[in-house]
Amino acid sequence: MPRREDLHKILVLGSGPIVIGQAAEFDYSGAQACKVLLEEGYEVVLVNSNPATIMTDPEFATATYVEPLLPGTVRQVIEREKPDALLPTLGGQTALNLAKTLYEDGTLEELGVELIGATYDAICRAEDRERFDATMQAAGLRTARNTIAHSLEEARVALDAFGLPLIIRPAFTLGGRGGGIARTPEDFERIVATGLAASPIGQILIDESVLGWGEYELEVMRDHADNVVIVCSIENIDPMGVHTGDSVTVAPQQTLSDRVYQKLRDQAIAVIRAVGVETGGSNVQFAVNPATEEIVVIEMNPRVSRSSALASKATGFPIAKIAARLAVGYTLDEIPNDITRATPASFEPALDYVVVKWPRFAFEKFPGVDAGLSTHMKSVGEVMAIGRTFGQAFGKALRSRELDAQPALDGTDEALLERLQTPSADRFDVLLELQRRGVADGELRARTGIDPWFLRELRQLDTAFEGVRTFKAVDTCAAEFEAETPYYYSAWERSGASEVRRGDRPSVMILGSGPNRIGQGIEFDYCCVHAAMTVRESGRDAVMVNCNPETVSTDYDTSDRLYFEPLTLDDVLAIVDVEQPEGVIVSFGGQTPLKLAAGLAAAGVPLLGTQPEAIDLAEDRGRFGALLEQLGLKAPPYALAATPAEALEAAPRVGFPLLVRPSYVLGGRAMELAYDEAMLADYFARVRPGGEIFLDRFLENAIEVDVDAICDGEDVWIGGIMQHVEEAGIHSGDSACVLPPHSLGVEMLDEIREATRALALALGVVGLMNVQYGVYGEDLYVIEANPRASRTVPFVSKATGQPLAKIACRVMLGEKLAALGLPDDPAGNHVSVKEAVMPFDRFAGTDALLGPEMRSTGEVMGVAVDFPTAFAKAQAAVGTRLPAGGTAFLTVTDSDKPAVMGIAAQLHDVGFRIVATRGTAAAIKRMGIPVEAINKIQDGRNNVVDWIERGDVDLVINTPTGTAARSDGYEIRRAAIARGVPSMTTIAGGMAAARAIAAARVGEPAVHSLQELHANGGVRA
Amino acid sequence: MSAYVLLEDGTRFDGEAVGAHGSVTGEVVFTTGMSGYQESMTDPSFARQLITFTTAHVGNYGVSEAAMESDRIHAAGAIMRSAVDYDDAPGAEQGWLSWLRANGVPGIAGVDTRALVRHIRSAGALRGGIFAGDVPEREARERVHAEPSMVGRDLAREVTTPEPRIFEGDGGPRIVALDTGIKRSIIRNFTERGATLEILPCTSTAEELLARDPDGFFLVPGPGDPAALDSIVETIRTLLTSKPVFGICLGHQLLSRAAGLETYKLPFGHRGANHPVKDLRTGRIAITSQNHGFAVAGVPGEIIDSELGAAQLTHVNLYDNTIEGIRLLDVPAGCVQYHPEAGPGPNDSLDLFDEFLGAFSAA
Repeated sequence: MPRREDLHKILVLGSGPIVIGQAAEFDYSGAQACKVLLEEGYEVVLVNSNPATIMTDPEFATATYVEPLLPGTVRQVIEREKPDALLPTLGGQTALNLAKTLYEDGTLEELGVELIGATYDAICRAEDRERFDATMQAAGLRTARNTIAHSLEEARVALDAFGLPLIIRPAFTLGGRGGGIARTPEDFERIVATGLAASPIGQILIDESVLGWGEYELEVMRDHADNVVIVCSIENIDPMGVHTGDSVTVAPQQTLSDRVYQKLRDQAIAVIRAVGVETGGSNVQFAVNPATEEIVVIEMNPRVSRSSALASKATGFPIAKIAARLAVGYTLDEIPNDITRATPASFEPALDYVVVKWPRFAFEKFPGVDAGLSTHMKSVGEVMAIGRTFGQAFGKALRSRELDAQPALDGTDEALLERLQTPSADRFDVLLELQRRGVADGELRARTGIDPWFLRELRQLDTAFEGVRTFKAVDTCAAEFEAETPYYYSAWERSGASEVRRGDRPSVMILGSGPNRIGQGIEFDYCCVHAAMTVRESGRDAVMVNCNPETVSTDYDTSDRLYFEPLTLDDVLAIVDVEQPEGVIVSFGGQTPLKLAAGLAAAGVPLLGTQPEAIDLAEDRGRFGALLEQLGLKAPPYALAATPAEALEAAPRVGFPLLVRPSYVLGGRAMELAYDEAMLADYFARVRPGGEIFLDRFLENAIEVDVDAICDGEDVWIGGIMQHVEEAGIHSGDSACVLPPHSLGVEMLDEIREATRALALALGVVGLMNVQYGVYGEDLYVIEANPRASRTVPFVSKATGQPLAKIACRVMLGEKLAALGLPDDPAGNHVSVKEAVMPFDRFAGTDALLGPEMRSTGEVMGVAVDFPTAFAKAQAAVGTRLPAGGTAFLTVTDSDKPAVMGIAAQLHDVGFRIVATRGTAAAIKRMGIPVEAINKIQDGRNNVVDWIERGDVDLVINTPTGTAARSDGYEIRRAAIARGVPSMTTIAGGMAAARAIAAARVGEPAVHSLQELHANGGVRA
Repeated sequence: MSAYVLLEDGTRFDGEAVGAHGSVTGEVVFTTGMSGYQESMTDPSFARQLITFTTAHVGNYGVSEAAMESDRIHAAGAIMRSAVDYDDAPGAEQGWLSWLRANGVPGIAGVDTRALVRHIRSAGALRGGIFAGDVPEREARERVHAEPSMVGRDLAREVTTPEPRIFEGDGGPRIVALDTGIKRSIIRNFTERGATLEILPCTSTAEELLARDPDGFFLVPGPGDPAALDSIVETIRTLLTSKPVFGICLGHQLLSRAAGLETYKLPFGHRGANHPVKDLRTGRIAITSQNHGFAVAGVPGEIIDSELGAAQLTHVNLYDNTIEGIRLLDVPAGCVQYHPEAGPGPNDSLDLFDEFLGAFSAA
């Protein structure tokens, strides 16, 4: 059946900010869906709060709303846009939950919007554990013995019935947040409590343990004619017990016999039919007992998932694209296979290679957290590698991880074996070390439960790369048919000709950003995708190199040729050999490709845009300092020390407070503030930085400013000036920021523009440059300049409507700014606020404090006609619901006391009850604002933490400085996070929150599409 | 020890010798199925063929009695990218390579199977051989050229049962199967449904078959060229006048020839577990297990006037629009080119056995 003619306008929901468990894979799936629906002639309305996504590029929808993914906001969009249908299956759990809410509250029925892709009943049958189990039983399938509990008492009944260990999972949460494996009665009580609190419906599932069973996933697609295909099987090398998002996985499955695999296949088909997903993709997870071949259905997602993104990249079968087509009425056989172009999508890909997925963790960012792996997903990104054999894929995945530090592998065999027993981020490094030491596979199997086939293949890892490197194609059909779409990986064979078919056109290679991690996320992938688009528009072939399956850049549609390869010098040079590119772009993918710049240049590979010398000049503190001096620009005093002792000696010359960090870091890694020599000494004792150490004077309470600019070597264009909401000292990636700046004068802005121009020209930038400034009193200080794409490029692009990365790429390809007709000041009449999303609720035990080390995983944008409203939207979009009233608790350091009074006054004016610790209360009282003093923690019972835990506090404003205040503050913030109470840790943040609360009293803010905002004139207040 | 694959056009692929020592020739084919290596090797339809496994790893879960599709290995050899020989996988009774060796079947591993498949894809199915590294290429070439072509080759006689075999069911219809190379999965699917299966040599005459007085006849899969089996085709014509007749794979080709349709050799065959087949009567698509080098000529969906009355070309392979199934409209007979019994491959079409049995019971 062809497309549905009764639908004209379709609403697509995105997944919002990148958080653990829901990453850029939903930008990939959402962007594909939007593209397909537009191609099919539908109008597309998109809501997604995440500006760093390709799907929110204005050309991907008819109307794009970068607005909070909340029922009220989406309802407003529906009222305005009047879509006929809502497609909720491509925006992760966020979109699915939102669609469910809109159905339940009657919005969809009232406004005549049809759910397509998955019906409400199907969503409920898959997501509600009780209904899922009942549905599976009715279909004759076995689920683990389990029970649902809504209280600790109910949970204890299960404990008695099933015995330990037990798996506890909260209903309706992302990536199993709040769940875990209970091996002891104490674990059990604790995990049940957090699970109940984490579930939005206060429901947990307690599962009989299938720990140690094999874990498999099947990606299933079904059309409305009930044709079903299995796109891919995925085997977790880690047996049951580690969340699949944290597991090392392999596709296709390797250890099941055909008989057992076909049983899984039959059951996966039975599951999708029983749940009733009429069209689209679903992911079904199984546990298989290797000894008895018993099969248990673990769960199913009635939507496109992280695993479907992986399966799409692993097989070349574009699940999201096809799901979107199925949702509007097509059947599988009516859709062509993009790769072969000759065969239909109603088939199952055959692989003649092996794919390995590795999770990327960031525990080093969260000292003190439990780094053990369990059913609660903790990884922040992933890499995928394709090899001709498992060994090749595994070896490539190992080098794709880009670890900041190699795992410590010292200790006795027994100590390492102990470590293996509890799954951890470095378990395969430990396992390989034990194999090197000659420990028998039997012993390793006993400790890990890993199938002997994998252990043997791992033992022969060294031999996997014998022979010569050649390039082979991913073609969905194991070479049975010719592939039209060039999607390649390197393979080692005895001999061999590369399958790469490179035409005569010049090509430009774009090096991607590798695995998502804190400090290097989707923003860089966004820039790389824009580079590919621009290169193609210029008539050259765009060649993408990346190893991250969760991205748009690794969609085979994004470039003319895709190489799914690790981003190491060796791997990239091999591709250069076959491609002979006109140039390579290293400045869009963050540190990953930048680190390769020198090696590529040394090998004679032409780099486009800013040359490595300019990067060195900006990064070499001495030379950069001299350059600033020459340009008449100020910089905070600093020192470079070879050893901690030298640093301690230099510290007084720099002056306290100061920022200290090792010289080569990403995302402010291991960067801290020291207020005195004792703190500095303590830092060295804890961090033990090897190599050089930077000390920078910290401009306390300075206003931080970020500028993104483009230079063509002659001319400089300022794309955006952003003022940070938090004061200097908070990593720019974690700070909220506003564009245009809300409290800088015209003269200061001019000074910033001039300084940026001078810097770009002096550094010799060709392309993008980001400069961070501190405005300290009346003075402008240059904090750092980075001649490359920055994290804020997508935000600035969405806020201004100017595609910075594309403009920069055109300049790098030789065009001149003067010829591009760019507006002098693209900021427009609206205000855009970017807010960072912190993962603290995922890492129990970490301090939820913003600081110089970046720890956010993603970002959102709020757009409005004024700053407070835009800020309120951004807060709502990160899930911080600012309260309309109630009790505000304030506690600030002495230096912040004058400033806190303004916040208190504003909160009081809108009807808040103000409580504060004694010192803060005294300061507020002096201004004549009613305030109640409450106990600090050390004051004993009924202290602030008790207040928060009782739910008596609705807003926390707590600024910490210095060591003593930190420990108290830590407890306050921990309690606030546990209770979900908004907590502001800076004066500026508190002020913005107070203003936003006042603004929200006027009513729900209006929604604006990007297309309206960027049309001539934009939106007026 | 080194070994190599030599094709009749002189193309050579190197690897290591695994399995039994020695050299072997046959038709070099490839299967894209990602599991089920043991089922494929023991499938009689692979007689005189060297199977190239496109999946990267073979042997991972060992071999076991439960995965046998017949009582021995029928394929002539195995060509693989990577192969292992361990018997400690859960469920394994023997290692894969030891089993090949014990059964005297040579294999070769470390071959760039993808390059080999790409070659066959463009050159078509070729004769070839697996040769020990010390066999001079000239000698190897002579042996490859001495290998008869698959076209015109009667291999059914090589794999058929010498004596009648009976598999008792439980109250279901009694079916006589003309054995051109039956698989255990087919026997199991009939007996599990209560049917009794009497398997007779393919050389049986129509009189011998009719003397059994079954509820219906079943035409089974098998190797070789259907055009070389005219005597069986004649036998089938005789059978069709009395009882329902159904067939799979070679059985489908023979039934089609009995109806007057032509068969021809496909460029490189269909072998794998992922081919989409559409039943044009219902629009339903099944993912199918495939293993055939010859196909029936015709236009999918067409109803033709055959030598056995009206016949509809009911099923089509969506990869290349070849005929995958036929239904005779004037007599109770039908057949499919693909393998509903799976073993290896998907179970999407198992309900065809119910359909067959329904027709046998109604007769």
